[in-house]
Amino acid sequence: MKVLLRNPKREVEVAGGRSVNRLLDDLELSREAHLIIRNGTLVPGDARLDETDVIEVRPVISGG
Amino acid sequence: MTAQPSRCRSCKAPAVIDLPRHNANFCAEHLIQLCHRQMAKAIDDYDMFRPTDRLLVAVSGGKDSLAVWEMLIEAGYQADGLYIGLGIGEYSEDSGGYVRRFADERDLHLVTIDLREDYGYDVPTAAIATKRVPCSACGLSKRRLFDKAAMDGGYDAVVTGHNLDDEAAVLFGNTLRWEVDYLARQFPVLEARDGFPKKCKPLVRLTEREMAAYCLVRGIDYVVEECPIAAGNRHLGYKEALNAIEKQSPGSKSAFYLNFLSQMSPLLEGQSAAAQGEVDECKRCGAPTTGDVCAFCRLVEKSGTHVAVPVEMVLKTRRRRH
Repeated sequence: MKVLLRNPKREVEVAGGRSVNRLLDDLELSREAHLIIRNGTLVPGDARLDETDVIEVRPVISGG
Repeated sequence: MTAQPSRCRSCKAPAVIDLPRHNANFCAEHLIQLCHRQMAKAIDDYDMFRPTDRLLVAVSGGKDSLAVWEMLIEAGYQADGLYIGLGIGEYSEDSGGYVRRFADERDLHLVTIDLREDYGYDVPTAAIATKRVPCSACGLSKRRLFDKAAMDGGYDAVVTGHNLDDEAAVLFGNTLRWEVDYLARQFPVLEARDGFPKKCKPLVRLTEREMAAYCLVRGIDYVVEECPIAAGNRHLGYKEALNAIEKQSPGSKSAFYLNFLSQMSPLLEGQSAAAQGEVDECKRCGAPTTGDVCAFCRLVEKSGTHVAVPVEMVLKTRRRRH
Protein backbone atom coordinates (compact mmCIF):
# COMPACT_ATOMS: atom_id res chain seq x y z
CA MET A 1 0.00 0.00 0.00
CA LYS A 2 1.02 3.59 -0.62
CA VAL A 3 1.59 5.48 2.64
CA LEU A 4 1.93 9.27 2.72
CA LEU A 5 3.95 10.57 5.67
CA ARG A 6 4.45 14.20 6.79
CA ASN A 7 7.14 16.33 8.41
CA PRO A 8 8.84 15.93 6.01
CA LYS A 9 6.29 15.05 3.35
CA ARG A 10 7.19 11.73 1.69
CA GLU A 11 5.64 8.56 0.35
CA VAL A 12 6.61 5.00 1.22
CA GLU A 13 5.40 1.64 -0.07
CA VAL A 14 4.40 -0.90 2.60
CA ALA A 15 3.92 -4.51 1.53
CA GLY A 16 0.95 -6.50 2.82
CA GLY A 17 -2.30 -5.65 4.60
CA ARG A 18 -2.42 -4.98 8.34
CA SER A 19 -4.40 -3.08 10.97
CA VAL A 20 -4.02 0.67 11.54
CA ASN A 21 -2.40 0.10 14.94
CA ARG A 22 0.00 -2.46 13.48
CA LEU A 23 0.99 -0.05 10.69
CA LEU A 24 1.75 2.70 13.22
CA ASP A 25 3.75 0.28 15.37
CA ASP A 26 5.67 -0.96 12.31
CA LEU A 27 6.47 2.63 11.34
CA GLU A 28 7.45 3.31 14.99
CA LEU A 29 4.90 6.11 15.25
CA SER A 30 2.88 6.97 18.36
CA ARG A 31 -0.83 6.07 18.14
CA GLU A 32 -1.63 9.05 20.34
CA ALA A 33 0.15 11.43 17.96
CA HIS A 34 -1.24 10.28 14.59
CA LEU A 35 -4.45 9.64 12.71
CA ILE A 36 -4.85 7.30 9.75
CA ILE A 37 -6.82 8.32 6.69
CA ARG A 38 -7.69 5.43 4.34
CA ASN A 39 -8.68 6.45 0.81
CA GLY A 40 -9.72 9.86 2.13
CA THR A 41 -11.67 8.62 5.18
CA LEU A 42 -10.62 8.61 8.84
CA VAL A 43 -10.47 5.07 10.29
CA PRO A 44 -10.00 3.71 13.84
CA GLY A 45 -7.06 1.72 15.20
CA ASP A 46 -8.50 -1.75 14.54
CA ALA A 47 -9.49 -1.01 10.90
CA ARG A 48 -7.90 -3.32 8.36
CA LEU A 49 -5.78 -1.71 5.64
CA ASP A 50 -5.45 -3.57 2.33
CA GLU A 51 -2.63 -3.71 -0.17
CA THR A 52 -4.54 -1.50 -2.63
CA ASP A 53 -5.40 1.27 -0.13
CA VAL A 54 -3.88 4.73 -0.23
CA ILE A 55 -3.03 5.74 3.32
CA GLU A 56 -2.20 9.11 4.84
CA VAL A 57 -0.53 9.14 8.24
CA ARG A 58 -1.54 12.52 9.68
CA PRO A 59 0.56 13.81 12.61
CA VAL A 60 -1.51 15.74 15.14
CA ILE A 61 1.13 17.25 17.40
CA SER A 62 1.96 20.92 17.08
CA GLY A 63 4.72 22.81 18.78
CA GLY A 64 2.93 26.05 19.78
CA MET B 1 -12.72 -15.20 10.34
CA THR B 2 -12.84 -11.44 9.62
CA ALA B 3 -12.95 -9.26 12.75
CA GLN B 4 -16.00 -7.04 13.14
CA PRO B 5 -15.16 -3.36 12.52
CA SER B 6 -15.36 -1.28 15.67
CA ARG B 7 -18.65 0.50 16.28
CA CYS B 8 -19.62 3.89 17.72
CA ARG B 9 -20.38 3.73 21.45
CA SER B 10 -23.42 5.95 21.00
CA CYS B 11 -25.17 4.68 17.84
CA LYS B 12 -23.34 1.46 16.80
CA ALA B 13 -22.54 2.88 13.34
CA PRO B 14 -19.02 2.13 12.01
CA ALA B 15 -16.51 4.11 14.08
CA VAL B 16 -14.00 6.57 12.60
CA ILE B 17 -11.84 6.89 15.71
CA ASP B 18 -10.87 4.96 18.81
CA LEU B 19 -10.34 7.00 21.97
CA PRO B 20 -8.59 4.79 24.53
CA ARG B 21 -8.90 7.45 27.27
CA HIS B 22 -12.69 7.13 27.00
CA ASN B 23 -12.42 3.37 26.39
CA ALA B 24 -14.72 3.97 23.40
CA ASN B 25 -14.99 4.39 19.64
CA PHE B 26 -17.05 7.07 17.91
CA CYS B 27 -18.60 7.72 14.50
CA ALA B 28 -18.13 11.16 12.92
CA GLU B 29 -21.42 12.54 14.21
CA HIS B 30 -20.83 11.48 17.81
CA LEU B 31 -17.19 12.59 17.74
CA ILE B 32 -18.45 16.08 16.82
CA GLN B 33 -20.98 15.89 19.67
CA LEU B 34 -18.26 14.82 22.09
CA CYS B 35 -16.08 17.79 21.09
CA HIS B 36 -18.95 20.25 21.52
CA ARG B 37 -19.92 18.74 24.87
CA GLN B 38 -16.36 18.91 26.20
CA MET B 39 -15.96 22.52 25.02
CA ALA B 40 -19.29 23.51 26.63
CA LYS B 41 -18.23 21.85 29.89
CA ALA B 42 -14.92 23.75 29.92
CA ILE B 43 -16.68 27.07 29.22
CA ASP B 44 -19.17 26.37 32.00
CA ASP B 45 -16.80 24.81 34.59
CA TYR B 46 -14.29 27.66 34.39
CA ASP B 47 -16.87 30.42 33.82
CA MET B 48 -15.20 31.55 30.59
CA PHE B 49 -17.76 33.74 28.85
CA ARG B 50 -21.44 34.22 28.08
CA PRO B 51 -23.39 34.11 24.76
CA THR B 52 -23.65 37.91 24.75
CA ASP B 53 -19.87 38.40 25.02
CA ARG B 54 -17.83 39.45 21.97
CA LEU B 55 -14.92 37.05 21.49
CA LEU B 56 -11.68 37.44 19.54
CA VAL B 57 -10.28 34.07 18.47
CA ALA B 58 -6.53 33.98 17.84
CA VAL B 59 -6.23 31.89 14.67
CA SER B 60 -2.97 30.50 13.28
CA GLY B 61 -4.23 28.32 10.41
CA GLY B 62 -3.68 25.20 12.53
CA LYS B 63 -6.32 22.67 13.51
CA ASP B 64 -7.05 23.85 17.05
CA SER B 65 -7.67 27.53 16.43
CA LEU B 66 -9.80 26.96 13.31
CA ALA B 67 -11.79 24.24 15.08
CA VAL B 68 -12.49 26.35 18.17
CA TRP B 69 -13.59 29.26 15.99
CA GLU B 70 -16.05 27.04 14.11
CA MET B 71 -17.29 25.34 17.29
CA LEU B 72 -17.92 28.70 19.01
CA ILE B 73 -19.84 30.03 16.00
CA GLU B 74 -21.91 26.83 15.86
CA ALA B 75 -22.62 27.11 19.58
CA GLY B 76 -24.03 30.60 18.95
CA TYR B 77 -21.19 32.79 20.22
CA GLN B 78 -20.15 36.07 18.59
CA ALA B 79 -16.58 35.34 17.55
CA ASP B 80 -14.24 37.23 15.23
CA GLY B 81 -10.81 35.94 14.20
CA LEU B 82 -7.39 37.53 14.58
CA TYR B 83 -4.49 36.35 12.41
CA ILE B 84 -0.91 37.56 12.81
CA GLY B 85 1.45 37.14 9.84
CA LEU B 86 4.70 36.13 11.54
CA GLY B 87 6.91 36.18 8.45
CA ILE B 88 8.17 32.61 8.85
CA GLY B 89 8.71 32.14 5.10
CA GLU B 90 6.49 29.72 3.17
CA TYR B 91 4.99 28.37 6.39
CA SER B 92 3.41 31.75 7.22
CA GLU B 93 2.22 32.26 3.63
CA ASP B 94 0.47 28.87 3.71
CA SER B 95 -0.99 29.44 7.19
CA GLY B 96 -2.41 32.81 6.21
CA GLY B 97 -4.03 31.25 3.14
CA TYR B 98 -5.80 28.60 5.24
CA VAL B 99 -7.13 31.23 7.66
CA ARG B 100 -8.40 33.57 4.93
CA ARG B 101 -10.13 30.74 3.04
CA PHE B 102 -11.73 29.49 6.27
CA ALA B 103 -13.09 32.95 7.12
CA ASP B 104 -14.22 33.70 3.53
CA GLU B 105 -16.06 30.39 3.13
CA ARG B 106 -18.00 30.97 6.34
CA ASP B 107 -18.40 34.72 5.95
CA LEU B 108 -16.66 35.39 9.27
CA HIS B 109 -14.92 38.62 10.28
CA LEU B 110 -11.12 38.31 10.29
CA VAL B 111 -8.72 40.92 11.68
CA THR B 112 -5.23 40.64 10.19
CA ILE B 113 -1.92 42.01 11.46
CA ASP B 114 1.35 41.57 9.59
CA LEU B 115 4.50 41.91 11.68
CA ARG B 116 6.66 43.03 8.74
CA GLU B 117 4.15 45.50 7.27
CA ASP B 118 2.75 46.85 10.52
CA TYR B 119 5.77 46.71 12.86
CA GLY B 120 8.78 46.48 10.53
CA TYR B 121 10.07 43.05 11.58
CA ASP B 122 9.31 39.34 11.42
CA VAL B 123 9.96 36.40 13.78
CA PRO B 124 13.24 35.22 12.18
CA THR B 125 14.63 38.77 12.34
CA ALA B 126 13.45 39.27 15.92
CA ALA B 127 15.10 36.00 16.98
CA ILE B 128 18.49 37.07 15.60
CA ALA B 129 18.23 40.76 16.55
CA THR B 130 17.25 40.09 20.18
CA LYS B 131 19.22 36.82 20.57
CA ARG B 132 15.99 35.28 21.89
CA VAL B 133 14.88 31.72 21.16
CA PRO B 134 12.60 32.17 18.09
CA CYS B 135 9.57 30.67 19.89
CA SER B 136 10.08 33.24 22.66
CA ALA B 137 10.18 36.18 20.21
CA CYS B 138 7.10 34.75 18.48
CA GLY B 139 5.20 34.21 21.74
CA LEU B 140 5.98 37.70 23.04
CA SER B 141 4.81 39.30 19.76
CA LYS B 142 1.60 37.26 19.65
CA ARG B 143 0.67 37.85 23.30
CA ARG B 144 1.11 41.62 23.04
CA LEU B 145 -0.75 41.92 19.73
CA PHE B 146 -3.63 39.68 20.87
CA ASP B 147 -3.98 41.85 23.98
CA LYS B 148 -3.84 45.09 22.01
CA ALA B 149 -6.32 43.95 19.35
CA ALA B 150 -8.75 42.77 22.02
CA MET B 151 -8.53 45.99 24.03
CA ASP B 152 -8.68 48.25 20.94
CA GLY B 153 -11.62 46.31 19.48
CA GLY B 154 -13.59 46.26 22.74
CA TYR B 155 -13.75 42.46 22.88
CA ASP B 156 -14.76 40.76 26.12
CA ALA B 157 -12.19 37.97 25.83
CA VAL B 158 -9.37 36.56 23.73
CA VAL B 159 -9.89 32.88 22.90
CA THR B 160 -6.99 30.60 22.01
CA GLY B 161 -7.00 27.02 20.70
CA HIS B 162 -4.76 25.54 23.42
CA ASN B 163 -5.77 21.93 23.91
CA LEU B 164 -5.28 19.31 26.61
CA ASP B 165 -1.90 18.20 25.19
CA ASP B 166 -0.63 21.80 25.10
CA GLU B 167 -1.66 22.45 28.69
CA ALA B 168 -0.42 19.08 29.98
CA ALA B 169 2.97 19.71 28.33
CA VAL B 170 3.26 23.17 29.92
CA LEU B 171 2.23 21.71 33.29
CA PHE B 172 4.80 18.93 32.87
CA GLY B 173 7.58 21.46 32.18
CA ASN B 174 6.58 23.70 35.08
CA THR B 175 6.34 20.73 37.43
CA LEU B 176 9.75 19.37 36.41
CA ARG B 177 11.23 22.67 37.56
CA TRP B 178 8.71 23.39 40.35
CA GLU B 179 7.99 26.78 38.81
CA VAL B 180 5.46 27.73 41.49
CA ASP B 181 4.87 31.17 40.00
CA TYR B 182 3.97 29.70 36.59
CA LEU B 183 1.99 26.84 38.15
CA ALA B 184 -0.11 29.36 40.08
CA ARG B 185 -0.99 31.13 36.84
CA GLN B 186 -1.74 28.03 34.74
CA PHE B 187 -5.50 28.12 34.50
CA PRO B 188 -7.87 27.92 31.47
CA VAL B 189 -9.12 31.43 32.23
CA LEU B 190 -7.08 34.51 33.07
CA GLU B 191 -9.32 37.33 34.20
CA ALA B 192 -8.92 40.82 32.71
CA ARG B 193 -6.69 43.05 34.83
CA ASP B 194 -4.48 46.14 34.57
CA GLY B 195 -4.89 46.64 30.82
CA PHE B 196 -4.84 42.91 29.99
CA PRO B 197 -7.96 41.38 28.40
CA LYS B 198 -9.60 38.21 29.68
CA LYS B 199 -8.07 35.08 28.09
CA CYS B 200 -9.83 31.74 27.69
CA LYS B 201 -8.91 28.26 26.45
CA PRO B 202 -12.14 26.37 25.69
CA LEU B 203 -10.37 23.26 24.27
CA VAL B 204 -8.51 22.24 27.44
CA ARG B 205 -10.66 19.11 27.82
CA LEU B 206 -9.87 17.89 24.27
CA THR B 207 -6.69 16.26 22.97
CA GLU B 208 -4.76 17.15 19.83
CA ARG B 209 -5.80 13.86 18.25
CA GLU B 210 -9.47 14.63 18.94
CA MET B 211 -9.13 18.13 17.47
CA ALA B 212 -7.37 16.87 14.33
CA ALA B 213 -10.11 14.24 13.93
CA TYR B 214 -12.77 16.93 14.41
CA CYS B 215 -11.23 18.97 11.57
CA LEU B 216 -11.07 15.92 9.29
CA VAL B 217 -14.70 14.91 9.78
CA ARG B 218 -15.89 18.53 9.54
CA GLY B 219 -13.86 19.13 6.36
CA ILE B 220 -11.81 21.95 7.90
CA ASP B 221 -8.69 22.45 5.81
CA TYR B 222 -5.77 23.43 8.03
CA VAL B 223 -1.99 23.68 7.84
CA VAL B 224 -0.68 20.21 8.71
CA GLU B 225 3.02 20.97 8.42
CA GLU B 226 4.77 21.88 11.65
CA CYS B 227 6.28 25.34 12.07
CA PRO B 228 9.87 24.78 10.81
CA ILE B 229 11.31 26.82 13.65
CA ALA B 230 9.33 25.05 16.40
CA ALA B 231 10.48 21.58 15.27
CA GLY B 232 12.46 19.92 18.04
CA ASN B 233 11.59 22.43 20.75
CA ARG B 234 11.31 21.43 24.43
CA HIS B 235 7.52 21.64 24.42
CA LEU B 236 7.34 18.93 21.72
CA GLY B 237 9.66 16.73 23.78
CA TYR B 238 7.29 16.99 26.76
CA LYS B 239 4.37 16.01 24.54
CA GLU B 240 6.23 12.92 23.33
CA ALA B 241 7.04 11.94 26.91
CA LEU B 242 3.39 12.33 27.97
CA ASN B 243 2.20 10.33 24.96
CA ALA B 244 4.55 7.49 25.92
CA ILE B 245 2.91 7.45 29.38
CA GLU B 246 -0.55 7.71 27.80
CA LYS B 247 0.13 4.63 25.67
CA GLN B 248 0.86 2.58 28.80
CA SER B 249 -1.95 4.09 30.82
CA PRO B 250 -4.75 5.71 28.78
CA GLY B 251 -6.31 8.68 30.56
CA SER B 252 -3.09 9.68 32.38
CA LYS B 253 -2.70 12.92 30.44
CA SER B 254 -6.16 14.22 31.21
CA ALA B 255 -5.91 13.07 34.85
CA PHE B 256 -2.56 14.86 35.20
CA TYR B 257 -3.91 18.18 33.91
CA LEU B 258 -7.57 18.17 34.93
CA ASN B 259 -6.80 16.93 38.46
CA PHE B 260 -4.16 19.65 38.74
CA LEU B 261 -6.92 22.17 38.00
CA SER B 262 -9.37 20.67 40.47
CA GLN B 263 -7.00 19.71 43.28
CA MET B 264 -3.76 21.68 43.05
CA SER B 265 -4.79 25.04 41.57
CA PRO B 266 -6.93 26.00 44.61
CA LEU B 267 -3.89 25.44 46.86
CA LEU B 268 -1.76 27.72 44.69
CA GLU B 269 -4.19 30.63 44.66
CA GLY B 270 -2.42 33.90 45.47
CA GLN B 271 1.06 32.38 44.96
CA SER B 272 1.71 34.18 41.68
CA ALA B 273 4.08 37.11 42.11
CA ALA B 274 3.02 38.56 38.74
CA ALA B 275 -0.62 38.73 39.85
CA GLN B 276 0.35 40.62 43.00
CA GLY B 277 3.02 42.93 41.58
CA GLU B 278 2.63 46.59 40.73
CA VAL B 279 2.06 47.29 37.03
CA ASP B 280 2.93 50.55 35.28
CA GLU B 281 2.20 51.78 31.77
CA CYS B 282 4.83 51.42 29.06
CA LYS B 283 6.16 54.92 28.28
CA ARG B 284 5.97 54.19 24.55
CA CYS B 285 2.81 52.21 23.89
CA GLY B 286 0.86 52.43 27.16
CA ALA B 287 0.75 48.64 27.59
CA PRO B 288 0.99 47.25 31.11
CA THR B 289 4.58 46.58 32.14
CA THR B 290 6.75 46.29 35.23
CA GLY B 291 9.52 48.46 33.72
CA ASP B 292 9.63 51.82 31.94
CA VAL B 293 9.39 50.31 28.45
CA CYS B 294 7.58 47.02 27.80
CA ALA B 295 9.34 43.93 26.41
CA PHE B 296 7.41 44.18 23.15
CA CYS B 297 8.50 47.78 22.47
CA ARG B 298 12.11 46.80 23.21
CA LEU B 299 11.77 43.89 20.76
CA VAL B 300 10.26 46.13 18.06
CA GLU B 301 13.06 48.68 18.55
CA LYS B 302 15.85 46.09 18.17
CA SER B 303 14.22 44.07 15.39
CA GLY B 304 12.83 46.95 13.33
CA THR B 305 16.29 48.45 12.81
CA HIS B 306 17.93 45.09 12.04
CA VAL B 307 18.46 43.89 8.49
CA ALA B 308 15.76 41.36 7.51
CA VAL B 309 16.77 37.79 8.31
CA PRO B 310 15.49 34.90 6.16
CA VAL B 311 13.99 31.94 8.02
CA GLU B 312 16.68 29.64 6.58
CA MET B 313 19.34 31.48 8.60
CA VAL B 314 17.47 30.80 11.85
CA LEU B 315 17.02 27.14 10.90
CA LYS B 316 20.74 26.84 10.15
CA THR B 317 21.62 28.37 13.53
CA ARG B 318 19.24 25.99 15.33
CA ARG B 319 20.59 22.95 13.48
CA ARG B 320 24.12 23.86 14.57
CA ARG B 321 22.99 24.07 18.21
CA HIS B 322 21.25 20.66 18.09
